[in-house]
Amino acid sequence: MAETTREQNQECAPARIRRVPGGRVALGAIVPLVLLLVWWLVTDILGLFSSVQLPAPQEVVAAGVELHERGELGQHVAISVQRVLLGFGIGAVLGLAVGSLLGLSRIADTLLQPTIGAFRAVPSLAWVPLLILWMGIYEDSKVTLIAIGAFFPVFTAVYSALRHVDPQLVEAGRAFGLHGVRLLTTVQLPAVVPSVFSGLRLALAQAWLFLVAAELIASSMGLGFVLTDSQNTGRTDRLLLAIILLAVIGKITDALLGLVERRALTTWA
Amino acid sequence: MTTSAPALATPRAERTAETAAPADRRGTTAESARRSLPVDLQAVGRRFGERTVLRDVDVALHPGEVVAVLGASGCGKSTLLRAVGGLDAGHDGQVLIDGAPVKPFDERTAVGFQEPRLLPWRSIRRNVALGMPRGVSRAAGRERVDELLRLVGLAERAELRPREISGGMAQRASLARALARRPGVLLLDEPFGALDALTRLKMQDLLLDVHAQTGTTVLLVTHDVDEALQLADRILLLGADPAEDADDAPEGATVSRLLEVPGERPRDRASAELATLRGELLAGLGVDAHEH
Repeated sequence: MAETTREQNQECAPARIRRVPGGRVALGAIVPLVLLLVWWLVTDILGLFSSVQLPAPQEVVAAGVELHERGELGQHVAISVQRVLLGFGIGAVLGLAVGSLLGLSRIADTLLQPTIGAFRAVPSLAWVPLLILWMGIYEDSKVTLIAIGAFFPVFTAVYSALRHVDPQLVEAGRAFGLHGVRLLTTVQLPAVVPSVFSGLRLALAQAWLFLVAAELIASSMGLGFVLTDSQNTGRTDRLLLAIILLAVIGKITDALLGLVERRALTTWA
Repeated sequence: MTTSAPALATPRAERTAETAAPADRRGTTAESARRSLPVDLQAVGRRFGERTVLRDVDVALHPGEVVAVLGASGCGKSTLLRAVGGLDAGHDGQVLIDGAPVKPFDERTAVGFQEPRLLPWRSIRRNVALGMPRGVSRAAGRERVDELLRLVGLAERAELRPREISGGMAQRASLARALARRPGVLLLDEPFGALDALTRLKMQDLLLDVHAQTGTTVLLVTHDVDEALQLADRILLLGADPAEDADDAPEGATVSRLLEVPGERPRDRASAELATLRGELLAGLGVDAHEH
């Protein structure tokens, strides 16, 4: 009688490993560890590359320790994370608001969709010179650029999901006396929760992308600055350090958002 | 809303007394007076662009009566039902419920759709609660929902999600949701059409139970002649008007026949009288009865 639930089918790791606590994490760590091993082999053991081309893993670690001891590493990471979170937050909230407006109101859609579509067509980096001209090279212009990057994935996800909410459910809601805000919160928003989260995760990835873009162009702090600075001074070890930090922190923020998504999906989907 | 009286268990005699004089009692016991309302369709029609689907439908539904709407596929059965429920404002003519024109999404009516249309993220209990009218106290609402869940036999499954129950159960939940507001007119749009034959028969019995207890007027759209014969007091057959010349009759379906079904429910499915009616109805639907 009861149909099978979908929840169990989401994880694809073999059942036996799933039962071990942390089994999935351990499996996922295999490939990074192998890569690390290969990296160590070709540099430190076989010496195939010079340390300017590709420094050994321990040199990268040493560069990190050195930066940390000078008190700079934490600052670079903190300022970058702050910019991403601020820009992502602002962009996501605006994306939700504008996406809901255009997704629900035919008038707003007709009026604004062509404009927003045109703005979306502008490669976001094209805004950089204008933003610097208008806002200077300080935090405002960087956070704005990141917000632009985060806005469009959220906007697109919310907008198209709201336009495709099952019209039968909406009609049923109306038939039972729901309209306006009550209809929105009871039927339409819950129905789009899954798409909103995929939009948010895409937006977070975009936010990191735009962070590096903003910091590469004009900054005196942050992981993007570490990248350009290391390039100019020939410090490949620091360059790799920045890349690895971006990968790790980006993955952590995505995983945190994924946890929230999971909770939301068990409630709403 | 008066929740003190177990409204679902109102005996038939009392119900007819109420509906006989609805006007006097509406002020004091609005809730009980709403339970079965007359519906008057006057020259109801519907055009979609250039195409006329439905025209000149004149029918009066008595309070507490079950009327089945039969007709070939695409003849406007659902369109007619949607007009009565205020789900479609684009129709011609007038629909009066208890003498007053139908309003958009009229709260004197409730619709059971062909699909259950339950919110997948809500438990069965909270889906049924969606049908409760506004302004009911939390405790009274909960009591009423429990009562409805028992009525449709879903008390044990109340905390499950729609995807965790069968299609028949989902349809029962949908029926309970429709009954929550104590509709004066219950509109059912092929509610059992997607169910297997056995579940369908059980649902028909359930509907008769519900009707016996609530006394609501029922307009039931169906394509199943046997279902109509089993459930309805009267059957409205939509199609060509027999009084018109078939060759230059205007486009669109209208009242082809309106006939009384003899006998008290539940009816003997094998009765000879019903078999004759069945043949006539099938012929009216353009099906050769001998083949069935």
